[in-house]
Amino acid sequence: MSDAAFEVSGLRSPEGAAALIERIRSFAIRPIALMEVCGTHTVAISRFGLRSMLPETVRLLSGPGCPVCVTPLIEIDRAIHAARMPGVTVATFGDMMRVPGSRSSLEAERAGGADIRIVYGPADALAIAEKSRDRKVVFLGVGFETTSPAIAATIIEADRRGVENFLVLPFFKRVPPALEALAVVPERRLDGFICPGHVSVIIGSNAYEPIARRHGIPCAVAGFEPLEILAAVAALAEQASGRAAGRPARVENLYRRAVTEEGNRRAQEAIEEVYEIRDAEWRGIGTIPESGHAIRGRYAACDAREALDLEVPAAEEPPGCICGEIMLGLRLPDDCPLFGTRCTPRDPVGPCMVSSEGACAAFHRYERSEH
Amino acid sequence: MCLAVPAKILSIEGTKAGVDFGGVSREADITLVPDVEIGDYVLIHAGFAIQRLDENEAEESLALFRELARALEEDGP
Repeated sequence: MSDAAFEVSGLRSPEGAAALIERIRSFAIRPIALMEVCGTHTVAISRFGLRSMLPETVRLLSGPGCPVCVTPLIEIDRAIHAARMPGVTVATFGDMMRVPGSRSSLEAERAGGADIRIVYGPADALAIAEKSRDRKVVFLGVGFETTSPAIAATIIEADRRGVENFLVLPFFKRVPPALEALAVVPERRLDGFICPGHVSVIIGSNAYEPIARRHGIPCAVAGFEPLEILAAVAALAEQASGRAAGRPARVENLYRRAVTEEGNRRAQEAIEEVYEIRDAEWRGIGTIPESGHAIRGRYAACDAREALDLEVPAAEEPPGCICGEIMLGLRLPDDCPLFGTRCTPRDPVGPCMVSSEGACAAFHRYERSEH
Repeated sequence: MCLAVPAKILSIEGTKAGVDFGGVSREADITLVPDVEIGDYVLIHAGFAIQRLDENEAEESLALFRELARALEEDGP
């Protein structure tokens, strides 16, 4: 086979970008607002300066695309509480380490002697649990549908091998119910969703049909290279002009090398086997119906909430932060009085600054001087 | 956080595969993509292969972007 799978230069060519921007300009005659809901898109848009390349009629908004950012403060406190328990090892993706809880962070706890390991994936946490049977190993289950099947498969494997000291603290979120909630925010209009490529690998492009049909919002599943994102913007700009002429909203799949209509059935089965759908709280936004995954009773023994006493006091969000409005697409990061002053990537206040894939962190790193 | 990276499958043993990320080799779990074969390209996320990449679609999207750029050069912006 050719190396098309590794090929990125063709997806970054300036000539291709110029052609797509010309196409976008021809369709975006009236102002349109498009929202991405994927941290990797957020970073790519900022890093490649796509906002500044687009015509002024196109406004790109960053929705709640980073699972670390939307993890409620009280859950961060719960993870810290677990790390402080004797006989407990916390295993986590690195993104969670610096997220401030109410009074501490996992990084600070580790510096203070807690056993916290950064792992590449859930299977590494299972291997740690197998090696240290005298400790409870709590893996922090943060993620959208891209990540939750890998963790589900690991829970099934732990159960099969009888590794009873492997636990998961679940913070899982589902993207389509969040899009439904974002579709009906009354204060702003939305002309399209740039749908998350790797979430779509799992759930399939058909998962967005209700958004297009019920809410009349065009959807475009996009890859992560600059031309792939611009192609999605062009497709949505074209649909927006079609909408103005009375045509119905559609779902377009512009990431066909990885995304199918049905998604990955095996991964969906792993999700259905291990999790059940629950309402979930998204930090900065609030509770969204059916937007979370909890661990089913069949696997309750590996649910850290069941196995450990993880009650912690209610947590209060820092005052003055407008991250909720940013994630709903009502404001941009530099509209916030705390942005770049009291709230920076080194010393984050709100959820959009806590992870490098948050809208504020990406804006701070790549776009601050332009605005 | 939802970043997934393409890799080529070099070897398969049960539910584990040796994969090559364009020069760097690692092990990945293939439980979620049971029908992959040696030589296939897959997307890896958090140590798990989550999808086999479709080479024809990859070629096609590249060709489409090249075509777009060529059309712009011919017509002028």
